[in-house]
Amino acid sequence: MKTQLLCAMCATLFTAATAASAQTVAITGGTVYTVSGAPIQNGTVLIRDGKIVAVGASVTVPSDAQRIDATGKIVTPGFIDASTQLGLVEISAEPSTRDQNARGTDGVAAAFRSWDGLNSESVNWAPARNEGVTSAVVAPSGGLIGGQASVVDLVDGSTTEMIRRAPVAMVAQVNNPRGAGTGARGELLGKLRTLIEDVKFYQAHRSDYDRAASRNLSAPRADLEAMIPVVEGKLPLVIDADRVDDIRGALRLAKEYNLKIMIAGGAEAWLAADELAAAQVPVIAGAMNNIPTSFETLNQRQENVGILSKAGVQVAIIGNNGDGDEESFNVRNVKYEAGNAVAYGMSHDAALRAVTLAPAEMFGVADHVGSLQVGRDANVVVWSGDPFEFSTRVEHVLIHGKESMSPSRQDLLTKRYMTLPPDYTKP
Amino acid sequence: MRTRSLLLLCAATVACAQNPSPSTAPATASSSATVASKPVASSSQDSLGKPGPGALSIPFANPFPSTYRPFPSRTTLIRNATIMTAAGPTMQNASILLRDGKIVSVGTSVTAPSDAVIIDGTGKYVTPGIIDVHSHLGVYAAPGGGGLNDGNEATNPNTANVWAEHSVWPQDPQFPRILAGGVTTVQILPGSANLFGGRSAILKVVPSRTVQGMKFPDAKYGLKMACGENPKRVYASRGPSTRMGNVAGYRAAYIQAAEYRRKWDEWNANHKGPPPTRDLALETLAEVLRGDILPQMHCYRADEMAQMMDVAKEFGFKIRAFHHAVEAYKIADLLRENGTGAAMWADWGGFKEEAMDGIRANLALVSAAGVKAMIHSDDPSGSQRLNQEVAKAMYAGRAAGLNVTEDEAIKWMTINPAWALELDDKIGSLVPGKNADVVLWSGDPFSIYTKAEKVWIDGAKLYDRDDPSSNWRTDFDLGFVKGGSL
Repeated sequence: MKTQLLCAMCATLFTAATAASAQTVAITGGTVYTVSGAPIQNGTVLIRDGKIVAVGASVTVPSDAQRIDATGKIVTPGFIDASTQLGLVEISAEPSTRDQNARGTDGVAAAFRSWDGLNSESVNWAPARNEGVTSAVVAPSGGLIGGQASVVDLVDGSTTEMIRRAPVAMVAQVNNPRGAGTGARGELLGKLRTLIEDVKFYQAHRSDYDRAASRNLSAPRADLEAMIPVVEGKLPLVIDADRVDDIRGALRLAKEYNLKIMIAGGAEAWLAADELAAAQVPVIAGAMNNIPTSFETLNQRQENVGILSKAGVQVAIIGNNGDGDEESFNVRNVKYEAGNAVAYGMSHDAALRAVTLAPAEMFGVADHVGSLQVGRDANVVVWSGDPFEFSTRVEHVLIHGKESMSPSRQDLLTKRYMTLPPDYTKP
Repeated sequence: MRTRSLLLLCAATVACAQNPSPSTAPATASSSATVASKPVASSSQDSLGKPGPGALSIPFANPFPSTYRPFPSRTTLIRNATIMTAAGPTMQNASILLRDGKIVSVGTSVTAPSDAVIIDGTGKYVTPGIIDVHSHLGVYAAPGGGGLNDGNEATNPNTANVWAEHSVWPQDPQFPRILAGGVTTVQILPGSANLFGGRSAILKVVPSRTVQGMKFPDAKYGLKMACGENPKRVYASRGPSTRMGNVAGYRAAYIQAAEYRRKWDEWNANHKGPPPTRDLALETLAEVLRGDILPQMHCYRADEMAQMMDVAKEFGFKIRAFHHAVEAYKIADLLRENGTGAAMWADWGGFKEEAMDGIRANLALVSAAGVKAMIHSDDPSGSQRLNQEVAKAMYAGRAAGLNVTEDEAIKWMTINPAWALELDDKIGSLVPGKNADVVLWSGDPFSIYTKAEKVWIDGAKLYDRDDPSSNWRTDFDLGFVKGGSL
């Protein structure tokens, strides 16, 4: 047993070493789910210098290409989890390792660039990466305005190398008036309106503000500045909202101020599916919630994302049902969230899209990731079977064209304790 | 139930007549039920002013007896199914016959009685009802909030005196949802704030106005104990604030309990002089020492589990199972030697320091070492999908190079948790004579697309995905919840 595992790890390391020197990689023979188009049987994905240069059934493979035989296997874009705290939270109960929650000023932390504290050495990257997650939205939380989110690629590199785009969104919430420093829902929405009005005022009276000749505004300068792209409708505002009337409140606010919004959580979004579709507001939601866990989520159900998808709402599937730190340690389980969505009525194609191209489009990185098209970054996963099934194993994870599977801390512990007592010099 | 009712009656007789003898106690269950359920206020004039059974500390006392009765059932035959019995190899194209609340026969040549409801199981799987040994349903009922926050009596590190059943809300809307996930028996535990959290309640997942109506007849109580970070965090300012403080706390309590037990065993044997003073916390711990209550201990770290097994030896009891045993794989050999089981998650970890070393191969490694390994949820969402959790754990074991069969993995959610509750003679496997707690799955229970279609408890069909109008909706669900799938 010990030998087997050792060899498995040797193979991984060996592959990684060869990949690093190869410029051209051809993944051949698999069923290729491009997501942007129809699946290709016996397809080839050709990668050069970290980019996809050809995808199709009749791609000529250069003789110097490193080949990955995917015959009988499934090839997909790397998965994207649209709601994580990867790199911001190492151990959630240990405050010294939590960097996703800014103090802000009276519930507003718009200037908080969460990626400035991103830990590129977190032990939580590898388990996610080894199970097919190649990009993630890393988002702050808390208060009324939690701060700014980024999209990162799960490359083994520095923070700068990891960040694909930042900011990609501003994060807000209308679920919890007390958490926003208010006492009632109406007051929370009023506070959000005041903030938006103040940002507009600030924008129009910047020089007066700088001369201290402006009226008092509800947020500090840095936060007002950070909110400008939101108020201009350029930067999406991701609004945590579960109760259907909170969702409708967010929709009204977006319409009133021409904001570009997304609904996150969206427990009762299915009750407003047509309104969300008409407003072209995407929803970020899980697929394993069916408990009235609070008075905000009385009507959550597992069919939620399937209903939304059928109504024409853009959906990103995330893990959010409280099953063991699914935003950091268990980001790897986002594929099972998608599988459960299929079990409760979402089409398999839509569920695959909801963990690849949909989040890429929603967060403005679809020109780089989320689909297997020429010119995209070569973030590609080879699966032994259906990506959503428990029996399926991830065989290759390529990020920017490089084989990126590496033993996680969990793999090392497993290996150490395969025989008892362990040898504390190994692995 | 009968034995325990007798003992309870014994207590009553002792209190009333001061002339105890088991032979003088009425022997029928019906009369015992009458006595046990009769409120003190309505007892005869003769007994007014005399102590009730509550004055005495008697082993197996049962002051809140189960009133559960099986729901009406029909003789049912499921045929052409793949049957995972948890007692032997999976059977293909097999049948299972349920009658009068029991499993009558399982196999490939079962004939249907003329009165049987026949269900075609082609393409479907049958397993025993799932048993979740770690649940807080009812004590942390949905929709939550302070009014329903009844799981941790976090007012003292030792609250061995409290009983989870006194917090359980039978109208918790989470109950029918776990039933729809195939769970038929749950152990409801107090939370882990305290060294001693209190007694557990073993419940059938059935609709009832009262907790007594859900209680699994004859089930032994469990005692929730907790290691590590939670108690030391909760009691940081008053103590225990360290792991060594925790261990001193367990030992101090069992020292007292040993003394209490000795006094009461002596008095119960000879009834000389006035009875000692009854103490609910010490009574529960004394029952642990007598082997009448099964300690179920929240403990993440390997080194702490090893120490707790020594504490148990010091006082002569056995920890039945460690729960949240994230590091069980590091001491699987010690667990096997001690005969202590391990209840685990498939892949939770990382959320606190004592959970840093969680690995997905935990169940497989522990099981391979010969320990009673089992899945548990600690979570109303996970409890609905324990089959999925077992699937993750099974495939992770295979990925690590272990030869984990489905026949082994199915035990992790059925017969092994039944063993942890000492109910493995009644539930947990599909064997003739056992309770007909059965799940019919739409397909392989280890596929993500599979759902529980029908669930029977004691032969009565209590959940049917194909017949939503027949399914249990709690009082809370009415009006508050618009519907949707369970």
